[in-house]
Amino acid sequence: MSTTVNEPIVSVRQLAKSFGANRVLNGIDIDVQPSQVIVVIGPSGSGKSTFLRCLNGLETAEEGTVRICGHALVDNGRMIDENGLNRIRRDVGMVFQSFNLFPHLTVLQNVTLAPRSLARVSAVDAESQARALLAKVGLGHKADVYPGTLSGGQKQRVAIARALAMRPQVMLFDEPTSALDPELVGEVLQVMQTLASEGMTMLIVTHEMNFARDVADMVVVMDHGSVIEAGPPAQIFGAPREARTRSFLQAVLSREQAA
Amino acid sequence: MTLDFSPVWAGWETLATGAATTIEVTACSLVLGCVLGLLVGIGRLAPQRRVIYGLCTAYLTFIRGTPLLVQLFILFFGLPQFGIMLPAFACGVLGLGVYSGAYVSEIVRGSIQSVDRGQMEAARSLGMPYRMAMRKVILPQAFVRMIPPLGNEFIALIKNSALVSLLTINDLMHEGEKIISVSYRSLEVYIAIAFIYLILTSATSLVLRRTEKSLRADGRV
Repeated sequence: MSTTVNEPIVSVRQLAKSFGANRVLNGIDIDVQPSQVIVVIGPSGSGKSTFLRCLNGLETAEEGTVRICGHALVDNGRMIDENGLNRIRRDVGMVFQSFNLFPHLTVLQNVTLAPRSLARVSAVDAESQARALLAKVGLGHKADVYPGTLSGGQKQRVAIARALAMRPQVMLFDEPTSALDPELVGEVLQVMQTLASEGMTMLIVTHEMNFARDVADMVVVMDHGSVIEAGPPAQIFGAPREARTRSFLQAVLSREQAA
Repeated sequence: MTLDFSPVWAGWETLATGAATTIEVTACSLVLGCVLGLLVGIGRLAPQRRVIYGLCTAYLTFIRGTPLLVQLFILFFGLPQFGIMLPAFACGVLGLGVYSGAYVSEIVRGSIQSVDRGQMEAARSLGMPYRMAMRKVILPQAFVRMIPPLGNEFIALIKNSALVSLLTINDLMHEGEKIISVSYRSLEVYIAIAFIYLILTSATSLVLRRTEKSLRADGRV
């Protein structure tokens, strides 16, 4: 994994974190190259979400180093200062399981708020960019409604557009379809697949194994705060080396078939 | 026994002036109370900032734990002992505003904390600094939730303002008592005063209900 041509856009070394006595991350090493799509899978409580949240400082890593786009977010367990953190976060888009759209703002205002407040974009530019992004996620016609009137799938697509409005270098997806009714999952995955094909660098925590198989460049399997196996989807799904990977996949895939 | 409201009718102008003063005192202390409440409420959000948190908590404990009347008397009758002579109106506004601010601060804190923490995370993950996220994302949502409890507080403030009549301020209560002192018609005048207070409180609650309704329209939360 260390023989890379490009400078990795995300580089994680020996990342560790505890909640009290509970060690949730136990020395994670990952490199993400530009345009790579990494899917992180693993049983619940394995530390996947915490790992993702450490990559934009929503959780504070206690040990290790995280470098993003050449900046040290965490340097040997030391978090970057508040200003640096805010700057790095503009380069790292995040999509949450529970959407977290701003309910007091229209869909359009949700997308323009951060660019207008932070990137010193004019109102006109921010709005035309936002309308383009909303059209891209198939919601151009919903620009002027409030999020409360949208379905879950529509909300999540707005959330993706909102994150993209900051023109991030990397997108983090924290179980983006877990809160959705089954029939709405597809429209969100579709948008993510388009993003991936356009060359967006993405780290995705998900239970959607078919999506991982089709879209991921690398699948990372986590358990008990450690990466137990990582590799191309064909290897992870076809010939997993670890017994724990096999039993996890068996449990998930049999449930999918039953459904 | 018969009720004779003629002193009330004869003194309507006096009562109207008193009501105007009551509105004035209440409005000024309401502004003071809201500003103080917002600052103290936000100050009590972060216990790790010990000095600010400690000061805010001390304020809340002292003001909420002692009678408003005692606080007003300290300002008006107590402070002159140190040569601090504030005009009666200023004492009334300061006393009521500081008192109300303590209650408003708990309303502010509770409303902010009731906003889902995912909202702050989403705003921060876009790169917004804490204060900006608070101002543009959290407070507008918290504000809508503050309206019903703030309505209670405003109504309490209007009623509590009757106490400033004891500081020689010519509010509704004070003007009413002047009429009583010459007409001896206590019951009729107090009924009239109560009715005027009722109009003031009902109007306040109506305005707040309208505001909340319009803010919650169109599927906004």
